[in-house]
Amino acid sequence: MAFAQRHLLGLEGMSREELLYFLDTATSFQEISSRDIKKVPALRGKTVVGMFFEPSTRTRVSFEIAAKRMSADFVSLSGASSSTAKGETLLDTARNLAAMQPDVLVVRHPAAGAAHFLAQRVGCSVVNAGDGCHEHPTQALLDLLTIREHKQRIEGLTVVIVGDILHSRVARSNLHGLRTLGARVRLAGPRTLLPREFALWADTTTDLFEAVSDADVVLVLRLQRERQARNYLPSLDEYARHFCLTEAHLERAKADVLVLHPGPLNRGVEISSSVADGPHSVILDQVRNGVAVRMAVLYLLAGAAQRDTAENTRPAAALHVAQRRSVL
Amino acid sequence: MNLWILHGRVIDPSLPLDDQRDVYIHEGRVAGLYPPGKGRPRKGERVIEARGQWVVPGLIDMHVHLREPGYEYKETIETGCRAAVAGGFTAVACMANTNPPNDSAAVTEFILERARAVALARVYPIGAVSKGLAGQELAEIGEMHRAGIVAVSDDGMPIVDGALMRRALEYASMFGLPVIAHEEDPSLAQDGVMNEGAWSLRLGLRGMPRAAEEAMVARDLAILEQTGGHLHIAHISTAGSVELVRRAKARGLAITAEAAPHHFTFTEELVDGYNTNAKMKPPLRTAEDVRAVREGLLDGTIDCIATDHAPHHRDEKECEFERAANGIIGLETALPLALDLLRTAAWSPLKLIAAMSTNPAHILRLPGGTLAPGSLADVTVIDPERPWKLEVSELRSKSHNTPLLGATLRGRATATIVAGKVVWELGTGGNP
Repeated sequence: MAFAQRHLLGLEGMSREELLYFLDTATSFQEISSRDIKKVPALRGKTVVGMFFEPSTRTRVSFEIAAKRMSADFVSLSGASSSTAKGETLLDTARNLAAMQPDVLVVRHPAAGAAHFLAQRVGCSVVNAGDGCHEHPTQALLDLLTIREHKQRIEGLTVVIVGDILHSRVARSNLHGLRTLGARVRLAGPRTLLPREFALWADTTTDLFEAVSDADVVLVLRLQRERQARNYLPSLDEYARHFCLTEAHLERAKADVLVLHPGPLNRGVEISSSVADGPHSVILDQVRNGVAVRMAVLYLLAGAAQRDTAENTRPAAALHVAQRRSVL
Repeated sequence: MNLWILHGRVIDPSLPLDDQRDVYIHEGRVAGLYPPGKGRPRKGERVIEARGQWVVPGLIDMHVHLREPGYEYKETIETGCRAAVAGGFTAVACMANTNPPNDSAAVTEFILERARAVALARVYPIGAVSKGLAGQELAEIGEMHRAGIVAVSDDGMPIVDGALMRRALEYASMFGLPVIAHEEDPSLAQDGVMNEGAWSLRLGLRGMPRAAEEAMVARDLAILEQTGGHLHIAHISTAGSVELVRRAKARGLAITAEAAPHHFTFTEELVDGYNTNAKMKPPLRTAEDVRAVREGLLDGTIDCIATDHAPHHRDEKECEFERAANGIIGLETALPLALDLLRTAAWSPLKLIAAMSTNPAHILRLPGGTLAPGSLADVTVIDPERPWKLEVSELRSKSHNTPLLGATLRGRATATIVAGKVVWELGTGGNP
C-alpha cells in the first residue's frame, strides 16, 4: 500500500492497515540491526533533526541509532541548550531548523499538541516523540511490535495497562493502537490517576488482581514521583502496596503472559524486580524493537514526504483531523 | 441632524412593542414612533430605509476588555469601539484588568476621556473590586463611582477570599453598584486549560472541572443571601451554575447573570486539533452545559448576553495550546450567534433584544435599552437574515482571535446610532 501520511503525530485515528504497515515495515528492518555491518543506504542524503524539549535518553538515542542505521544524517538539540532557553518561541525554533531543509523533525515537548502545532506550520515531516500527556506513537508501535513478535497476533488479546493512566502518553497511544488492532484493553490504577471517563474507551478497574486475571499482556507504566506532591497519592509505599506488579499478580494471568514497561523502571514502586527480570518480562525486547520501529517510521515518512511533493500535497493537518473525527 | 428610520420592525422589550413603526429622532432623542406610513420626512432630514429589518434599542455589551491603558497592542478604546458599533453595540462596559488596572478614579477618568474623544460607542468603565486586582484590599470604589464606574469586578481573577467578596457586596451596595463575579475556585481549576472530561483526557490537556465554577457560585450565593447587595455572575458556563442561579432567583435573591455567545454556541470539542481560539476561561463545556445555558436564557434565569470580548495578539494564540492566552473576541460576532439561538429555539425577538439591550441597561442602571419617546436615541438597525462571511478584513477589532474566521454568519447590524448620530453603516466602514 502507499503510505499517504506525511506526519506521525499519534495513533488515534490511524487505520488498522496503516498500523500494520508500520509494524510490517519494522519487522522487515529488525534483521538489519543484527548484521555485522548495521547500515543500509535507504535514507542516504536525508536529514533528521531531533528537538527534545524534555529530558530523554532512551528515545533520543533510539531515534539517532535508527536514523544512522538507515544512513540518514541526524542532529539533535535539547531544551536546555536550545535557543528556547534564550526566549525563542517553539515555532521560531522549529521554523529556523526547518529552513535548513531537514526531511524529518522529531519532536519531544512537554506541551500536549506541540507536534501537531508544528506539523501545521513547517514544510517537513514531523514525528511526535512524546507531547505532554497526549501521545507517544513510536513507543506504542514498539510495544505493539513486541507483543506481536511474541504472540504472533494482537487481535483478541487481553491487554492490561497499569498505573498513572491520566498523565500517560504511552497509555493513550497504546489504547488507540491496541483497540484499532482488535485487542481488549483494561486500564487499572488508582482512581485519582484513572478518571472515570476512561470507561468510554476501555474497561477500567482499581483492583490490580481483577485487572490481570486471564491477561495476555500487562503493560506497566512508570510512576512519576512528583505525582505524590499534588495528592494523587499519599505515598509511593501505599501505591506499591496496591499497584506494584508482582509474581502473585502474574499467577492470575495467562501462563504465557508478557510484561512490558516503557522504562525507566522504578523497581519496587510499579514493578517488582522479580517480575522485571523474570521470564515474562520483554522489556529489553521493547528497547531493541524501538530501533526497528523508528527506522520504519523515518523510512516511511521520508519516503512519503518525497511522494507528497511529487504527486499531491494533501494538507496533513486536515487529514489528521478528518481521521480523528471518523473514530469519534 | 434629524433622522428618520422608516418601514422597520421596531422591537422594544421596554414598552413592549414588536410592530412596524417609523422612528423619528430629533436632537439626539427618540421623538416619536409612528404607525407605518405616518412618518413624513421633511426636506433636509436624513432617512434610513429599514424595510425588512429590525429597529431596536441600541445593543449593550456589559462585558468587554478594551485593553487600554496598558495593552494597546491587543486593542485600544478606539479599535474596541469601532468593533462595538460594527457589531451593533451602542454601549459597552469595559473590565478593569488593564495595566494599570482600573482600581482608581484616575484610570476611570482616563478611560472616559479617551472614549469621549473616540466618540463612537458609549463606554462605561467597570472598577476593580480590589486594589491591583490582587484580591486583598478593597479598591476605592466610592471614588471610582464618583468618576463614573457602573459596576465593580476583578474579572479575570476570581475573588478567592470569601470575606472580601462579602465586604465588596456590602460596600458596593451603598452606591447601587453590582459586583460582577468571575466564578472560579483556583484550588479546583488548578492549572487546567480546558474543560475536564472526555475531551481533556483524549487530548492529554489538563482539565478544569465544572465544580470549580459551581462551588464558587454556590459560595457567593450563600454570601449574598446573608449580606445583601447585587451579585452578577459573569460568563456562566455550566448546567450546575445555571441551576444554582435559577433556585436563587426563585428565592428572590438580588442575582443576575450573563452568558457569552461562545458558551451557548460551542462545545469543548472545538479544542480538537489544539485550536487556541477555543481556549478561554471559563472553558467551553459539554453539549449538556450548552443546552442548559440556552435554557437559562430562554427561561430568564440568565438575564443577558455579554461577549467577554477578549482581544489578544496573534503571537499570544499562535503557540502551544497550554501557553496560549485565554479568550476570544466577540463584539462583531455576538449578534449573528444570538440570532442563531433564535432560529434554533423557541425564543422571541423581544426576549433576545431584552437580553442584549434592555436587561444589561437595567442591571447597570444605564440610560438606553428603550426607544420610548424622549429617551436617548441609541438605536441599532439589524438585518436578521443577511448572510456574510467573517474575514479578517471585516474585523474592526485590532485582534482577530476568533474561531469563526472564514465562517458564514447570518444576521448583521446595518446601522448603529448613538445619541442620534449614525456611527456605523454597513458598507461605509466605521466612519460615516
